[in-house]
Formats: sequence, C-alpha cells, structure tokens
Amino acid sequence: MARLAEFQGKQVLRGAGIAVPRGELARSAEAAAAVAGRLGDTVVIKAQAWTTSRKAQGLVRFADSAAAASEAAAAILAARAGGFPVAEVLVEERVAIATERYAGIIIDDRRRRPVLLVSARGGSGIEETAREHPESVAELPLDAVEGLARHAARELWRRVGVHGEEQRHLAEACVRLAAVARAVEARAAEVNPLVFTADGRAVALDCRITVDDAAVFRHPELGIDVARELGHPPTPLERIAWEVEKDDYRGTFYFLQMRDACERGTRVVAFHGAGGGGSMMGMDALARHGFAVANFCDTSGNPPASKVYRAARILLSQPGVDGYFGTGSGVASQEQFHSARGLVKAFLEEPLAVPAVVRLGGNGEEKAIEILTGYTKALGVPVECYGKDTPVDACAARLAALVAAAAPPAPRPPRREPAPAERPYTFASPTGAITYDHAVCARCESKACVAACVPQILELSGDGVPVLKVTGEEAARGRCTECLACEVDCRALGAGGGHVALAIAGLPEYRRERGLG
Amino acid sequence: MAILVDERTRVLVQGITGREGRARARLMREYGTKVVAGCTPGRGGETVDGTPVYDTVLEAVEASGGIDASVIFVPAPLVKDAALESIAAGIALTVLVGDRVPVWDVLETARAAERAGVDFLGPNTLGVLSVGRGVLGMIGGRAESARSWFKAGGVGVASRSGGMTSSTGYYLSRSGIGLSTLVHVGGDGIVGLPLPAVVRLFEADPDTRCIAIFGEIGGSQEERIAEMMASGEVTKPVVAFIGGRAATQGVRFSHAGAIVEGGRGTHAGKVAALREAGATVVDAFDDLPGAVAKVLEG
Repeated sequence: MARLAEFQGKQVLRGAGIAVPRGELARSAEAAAAVAGRLGDTVVIKAQAWTTSRKAQGLVRFADSAAAASEAAAAILAARAGGFPVAEVLVEERVAIATERYAGIIIDDRRRRPVLLVSARGGSGIEETAREHPESVAELPLDAVEGLARHAARELWRRVGVHGEEQRHLAEACVRLAAVARAVEARAAEVNPLVFTADGRAVALDCRITVDDAAVFRHPELGIDVARELGHPPTPLERIAWEVEKDDYRGTFYFLQMRDACERGTRVVAFHGAGGGGSMMGMDALARHGFAVANFCDTSGNPPASKVYRAARILLSQPGVDGYFGTGSGVASQEQFHSARGLVKAFLEEPLAVPAVVRLGGNGEEKAIEILTGYTKALGVPVECYGKDTPVDACAARLAALVAAAAPPAPRPPRREPAPAERPYTFASPTGAITYDHAVCARCESKACVAACVPQILELSGDGVPVLKVTGEEAARGRCTECLACEVDCRALGAGGGHVALAIAGLPEYRRERGLG
Repeated sequence: MAILVDERTRVLVQGITGREGRARARLMREYGTKVVAGCTPGRGGETVDGTPVYDTVLEAVEASGGIDASVIFVPAPLVKDAALESIAAGIALTVLVGDRVPVWDVLETARAAERAGVDFLGPNTLGVLSVGRGVLGMIGGRAESARSWFKAGGVGVASRSGGMTSSTGYYLSRSGIGLSTLVHVGGDGIVGLPLPAVVRLFEADPDTRCIAIFGEIGGSQEERIAEMMASGEVTKPVVAFIGGRAATQGVRFSHAGAIVEGGRGTHAGKVAALREAGATVVDAFDDLPGAVAKVLEG
C-alpha cells in the first residue's frame, strides 16, 4: 500500500535526520514484552493501523513493566481497526513532552505546489484545528525544486507563536520533512504530533506518509508491495489483482474490495467499470436501484482482452454476489469488442451463474454487443449488453429486474477445463500461451480464427489448419495482442480447437482454499 | 473562435514514432488538425505518414515555421522531460496524454510552465476537441466517430473524466444541442488547466453560450468555479453533474484526483457550493441534456 505504516514512516524520518522515539515492531504479546524489557522504563504500545483516534479506540496503551506491556499488546492484537484485524504493534519509549505541535507537507491542487502546514496545536486533526483555532495554523507554499529555506520555516513558526530554541528545532525538523517528502515523492507527509521534549529536542511522535502511487516504481527501497490507496490492508484478492496489473502496461486494471464477504440475496453485485468517471457514475446508478457493490473495478485505457478477462475472473471469485454489472462512460474511444471477448471467455469458463448486464457503448459497440450476447447463450443465465444509447440507469434497472426474476441458484456447475489437445500447435503470447488442436482444426469448416484475429497474424497452412505467419518470438513480443478472438470466436463459430491459457498467479490456490473450484 | 484548438493551430506530436503517437497523429490529421511536425530524440530525418520528424522540439519549431501546441505521447516516466522540452521551446500549449505521471513530475512541470508563461493540459487527459475544427489528443478514438458523435454549437464541455467528456458531448449532440469545444482536464489531482481555468476560457469565448461540467469528488476545482460565479467572474450559465456520490472517504476510485480526504472535496460540498452560486446541478447524469436545453431556452 502506498500509505506507509507508522513504523515504516518513522524509519524514513529517522533516515532523514528527524528524531523519533526508540522502538521496535512486535507481532505477539511475548515479542512486545521482550521489546519493553529492552527499552526499560515506561513504554507506549501502538496498533499499526491506518485509522484516526487510535487512543479513543484503546489502540494506544501505556505500560510500565514487561508484564503490563504483554497484557496491553495482547489486548490490541485481539482488536480490529477499520474493520480489519490488527497484526502488528509498535512498542516505543515514552517521551517526556513539553509541547505538542503539528507539521505537514501536503500538495495543494489550487497552487499546484507543495505546501508546508504548521500548527501550534498538535494532537488533533489539522482540519479541525484550522476550523476551531485558525490563529494557531499557518501555511507556506514551497517551490517544488528548491524546497524549504530554514529562515522561512522559522518565520512560519513565529507566526503561530513559537519562539526561541523550540522555534529553531521545529524549523530544522520542517526543513528535513520537506526534503524527505520530495525524496520519497509523498503526496502527504504529516507529523502529528511533532513534540518538543523536556530535554530540548524536536521528536516526531506519530507520522502519516502517503507515497504517490504513480511514483512507487522509483522507490524499491520503500518495499511497497501494492501501490494502491485502498483504505485497508490489501486483501488476498487485491494482491492477486495487483500482480496482474503490475507489469502489464497495456491499459489500466484497478481493483479494490468494498467488503470482506457477501451473501446471496442481499443485492450485492460484482462491479466492472471502465474509466474512472464512468465507473463512479455506474456505482451511483446501482446505488439508486438498491444495489451495493462487492468491489470497485476499472479496466480502461484500451486494455487488451486478456486483461479484461483476468479482471472478470477475479471479480467472479467473489462468491455470494447476486449479479454482474459493467459500465463505462457509455461513449468509449477504445474498441469495445476487446472487452466483450474478455468477458465471454471469463463467463463461459466460470461458468457465470448470476444475471449480467454490461454497457459497452462506444467505438465498435455493435460488434461488442453481438459477441457478448451471442456467444453466451448456452450459459442458462441472462447476459444483456447495451450500447451508448441506453442510459446507465436503464441498465441498472434491467439488472434489478433480472435479479428479481432469477431462479434460486442451482448447484454450482464445474469449471470448464479444456480437453488435452490431440495434435497441439502452441505459441506464446505476451502473458500467456495459445494452443490450437490441429486435430480439431482439420475438421473445422469456418476457420473463423483466421478472419477474426485482430492483428491478422494467422494463416491457413497447406493442410488447412491455422498457423502463425509471424515468428513465435514476434508473437510473444507483442504482435499477438491477446485479442482472444482465436478462442472466443472459434468456440462460437468454429469447431472449438483454439484455447488461450492466461494464468492468474495465486488465483487457483485462492479459489481452492475457499471451495470455489 | 472555440478555445485551445481550431483549424489554424499548428501542432507538434512528441513521440510520433511510437504506436500511440502514430495512431493519434492520424486521428488528429483526419479530423482536420494541422499536424506539422513530430519529435522523437534520435529519429530526426524520418517521416511518419508524411510528417517530418525532428530530434529536438526547438528544431521542429524552427524548421516548421512555428508551433502552437504540442501533444505528448510517451510513457509516463518520460513525460516530464518531454513536457519541459516543449515548455522550454516556448510552445503556448502542451498536452500531456500519459496516465500515471508521478505527481512531483507534474509539480516540476507546473513550475516551469508558470515561469515560461505557457499552459499545459493534463496529465492523464484525452485532450481537447473543437467541433469541426481540430483535436489535440485522442477524443473520439477515430475521426469518423468524432465527426458523428459531436455537433457544432454553443455549449462548452469541461470534464475531469475522459470517457465522460465524450459521453457528455455525445448525449448533448444527440439531444440537438451543439458544442463549441470539449476539454478533458485530466483525471489527476494536479493538472495544468483545471476546470476553473477552462471555464475562464469559455467565459471569454464568443462562440460559447453555456458551460457543461462533469465534476468529481476530491480536490477543489468545482468549488473554485462556484467562487468565480459568486464573484461575477463567470456570468455564462453553468450546468454540472458531480460523480462519486456513493464513494467512500479515503478510498481512491482510479482517478488520482478522485479521493475525499479530511472531509474536503465531498460530493455534497461541491453540489451545495455550485448551487449556491447559481449553477444548475443535476442529480442524474441523464438529466444533463434536458437541463442544458432549459438553460439555453431561458
């Protein structure tokens, strides 16, 4: 996650020369007691969870012995924060505080600059302080390249009534904070409280650093495994989705889960959006028709059919949904039949057991509608597809009608696995492997694959079966665009000899563990 | 008139030798835009579909006899350098199409643009299209789609979502309401020409009678439009839809700019600010054409 946990944020601050309390991470009560023993004296035990008002929730506790530390840590580790269990606590020395202040670097969208925000009143939320005590808050726009000048930082603290040695120390901490915010490419780096100690030091008691998701690739040193702002620790399915997206720059696949689990009959649906704006509009339309979404998902920016397929497989690995709803802006610039083929492959393989309504308006929509509705007729559940002239609310209303009319769920049919090929002809695609069973292709009359192949890299060999007309390496390097036509159109119009294997790392294990087949 | 692009705008395409650059240069040309040069470092001397390619932007400016706008099609990590080159060459408008450009790169770009006194659109933008006159970027996807979807007239469209820019334009046109220019400001939190800047341009454009906005949760762009309306800086009628009513605070819904933090940038706050300032805000996107028609009649 691009939000750094408190412990990790403090490591970053320490590296930049900002003092933080001595402390260590613990994952059990025994480990916490051991840390407390090493630190000696009174310690603070803090849940590592991205939530506000930890103190009020009992997620920050003090202890004056190893035994008390063990007890406090046990209580915190048994708690939940923001709906998710607490896995780690930070055990720290207790610092003798003289004053509590606030300092933060945030990016201001009005000025298009980083801004240093300080407050003489630390502890509570900065928005609240700014509302209730505006005189205690001051801000300074910074130059994105030159950063913060020491004198300007001192002057800013003077404006909120901080003077003398404390002013000098806090200003120095701010200069370093501004530098570290730029170094890790933070969208926000806040220290709250920033305290001045009884023995005359500036110490960061707590911090929140959010690294720009788009810059995570330049910061391997931060060890961020999922570069997404999710609002909770990544779920196993979100990790699987991130693995799909991480190294595949063709289009965008964004996935986040809105709930732990869902139950049939509670009007929770799998949501497959396209484009940020259209997706949000789609979720709002679902809400107006009494639906909640199990997840948010966006495949857009002209993704290949293979990416849409993987997204759909991940969405369908959320059992308990009552329907599948897809929509974008309605008037997409991208060719929509790619999305249609990705969905068809996923729906047939799963196989889909709930009603689906998908709005694929935009370029190529006639073909997209024909593919998605025409090729899924054997499913036994309704799959409806609409174009740009059907409003999103009408689509949500269709889903509501289909869900209301849906028969009680039949026992889950087995997942459709391809039969082993008798005479396999195989080549690699950029993220998968394509196989034609030439024994089947020889019997095929339509040879639909050759005409349907979007990049036109197939031809018929002398004995009338499909083969590459580019080299295998060229296909693997991107001449094969993974349009999936040679499987999807082949299954609908041909003899069914084509298969595209698109692995999704971690998904088979995830599904097995949950009995999803 | 229209804003930002018309049939006279002389356009440079940075990254024209790449897959996207080549395809989008074709779209722009087929829609009638004057694409006069391309730039790819190391590829000077080549031509792409008849357009000469230069090694540097300044060389393209000198050789082509002047460039008004540059459109950048390079991968996100390279966008900053390309933008700084365009800005350093003094090009009045640079369009940053790339998605996932790091925000500190955008801040640096903004700093350079401010110092040079030039503008940029994006990043993460589909671009801008003046109906029947020209397009920068990729709105419409294909020239024939852009021609069939958007009809000429007096409504300016400004949106924070790319798909919804086309969508807003299409549904207005289908209702018989013509458009002057469509602008996608970009989905990121920090953009070169945000909604308020585009609204200011529409206010000054004699071809534009009414402004249609697709806004989103997060940031302060919509609130600033409300301030401009309240202060009398904007006098033309504004009709808006704000997406993200059902969104959860602190969660990012794919657009980097669409996040509610610390209670700022909420759906309710934006709707209230705009309504108070006299804008028409529709609750359902499908009601937008009707509301615009009403404003145009009255």
